[in-house]
Amino acid sequence: MKYAIIGTGVAGIAAIEAIRSVDVAGEITMIGDDPHGYYSRPGLAYFLTGEVNDKQLFPQMADVFSKLRFRYLKGHVNRILPDVHRLEMQSAASREGSTVVSVGYDRLLLAVGSRASLLTIPGAQLPGVIKLDHLDDARQILKLARRGKTAVVVGGGITALEIVEGLLARGVKVHYLLRGDRYWNNVLDEQESKIVEHRLLEEGVELHYHAEAIEIQGRRNVSAVKLLDGRIINCDILGYAIGIQPKLELATSTGLAVDRGILVNQFMQTNVKDIFAAGDVAQAYDPRTGRSVLDSLWTPAREQGRAAGLNMAGRQVEYIKSAPFNVTRLAGLTTTIIGVVGHGRDEDIVGIARGDSETWRSLPDAIVAQSGFDINHLRLVIGQKSLLGAILMGDQTLSMPLQKMIENRVDISPIRQKLMAPNAPIADIVAEYWIHWRPQLTS
Amino acid sequence: MTFKDIFGKGSTRREVLVGGHVVPDPARCVQCGICSYNCPIEIDVRAHVWRGEAIIHSECLTCGECVARCPRGVLRFEHTDLFTRRPQ
Repeated sequence: MKYAIIGTGVAGIAAIEAIRSVDVAGEITMIGDDPHGYYSRPGLAYFLTGEVNDKQLFPQMADVFSKLRFRYLKGHVNRILPDVHRLEMQSAASREGSTVVSVGYDRLLLAVGSRASLLTIPGAQLPGVIKLDHLDDARQILKLARRGKTAVVVGGGITALEIVEGLLARGVKVHYLLRGDRYWNNVLDEQESKIVEHRLLEEGVELHYHAEAIEIQGRRNVSAVKLLDGRIINCDILGYAIGIQPKLELATSTGLAVDRGILVNQFMQTNVKDIFAAGDVAQAYDPRTGRSVLDSLWTPAREQGRAAGLNMAGRQVEYIKSAPFNVTRLAGLTTTIIGVVGHGRDEDIVGIARGDSETWRSLPDAIVAQSGFDINHLRLVIGQKSLLGAILMGDQTLSMPLQKMIENRVDISPIRQKLMAPNAPIADIVAEYWIHWRPQLTS
Repeated sequence: MTFKDIFGKGSTRREVLVGGHVVPDPARCVQCGICSYNCPIEIDVRAHVWRGEAIIHSECLTCGECVARCPRGVLRFEHTDLFTRRPQ
């Protein structure tokens, strides 16, 4: 059996591991045009703050890779010919320059990921305009931060704050523009947004509400940003994070069914025979809700890649979508987001952002219980029989218990009334209840 | 029983030094490498987490540096039975 994997991210690596676990003899070829191959993209945030160096972002996988025995071809896939089970790629490997190489496959996986949506306002091409999409972007941010004094950051979600935090850590004065009246309004509630904004202010960030950048000014480099209301903010760096888009070009030209991402069934199969998709590019079907959703998270990408790999190798393994879960730092405050916690859209992001899940915004009719003071904050979204979602900011003791309880839809009937009582000590109630469930959920 | 009663009795560093090891929750990990980067004796903690294995390494000091530095709460101390006294 011949397998081809397009993409060098975690979904692709997980697929190869899964294939090799059941097919020791098959030929596996991984193809990718990312100049850096496989590394921890979420780790870029910590590279910006100086907690880790760029070399360390690359897991030491030499041993693992040699055991997996796959061929790696560096280059760009131009087209897929599904009828004859071949793909054509522009290989960068040859010294004489690039050549067109044809690769045959029996099963093909598209795990090409997503890319940052580009800012399109006038001046967006000027040097000094930066995004945080891959390692080269992060290096560019650090280079600019060495001589930059003032930055304006636009956009929302986790990535915008990662840029803000990274610039702050390098001593750059930061202005952060929000289109609406608060940060990440479709995932965080008002109090949570305020907690984050308050911490940003304490760190010296200047927040601008109802602020929309309409033009970046400058002759050779960025020198200022003009806002819709006429204000002008002088700056030498403009950072943006306005969302990401799955890379759909190859899928579209091959005739795969696409919506916001490549549509796949619970076996990660596309509508074209022997072609699978996984990771950020895949819009995975969730049998529990009957909906197909995008996730741009590391763990779902790995799980999807694993399921795709096993199915490519002939197994029948359903991808069971877990409750989306992310641990991140918002303005230096460790925050866990689990399950369904918000709704609607955020004006600062188009579609989906990196480290994001569409599920977080599908808040059904549920009751919200809250507890917290200053920076230790817990919000639970309580359904009829189980917890649907939670946000923890600060103290993370309950992070794992809540993740397991939401993931496994633990019956909360015995504590539901207690949780909903006014000023209930919800953290204590959950912690005590967790003791009963812990043995069966952590074994 | 309160929150602190339940979680406050977790393993202390001293207890862990003699009777425990570091275990991961791989679902939280994004392979950023901060754990390996900060390990004073250069154990590749991240590789253990990728495989979903406890950090059982002959040179691990259970110093807690990786547990403390991980920005996503992947790592925690857990007791092992290795040094548990058998009933007489």
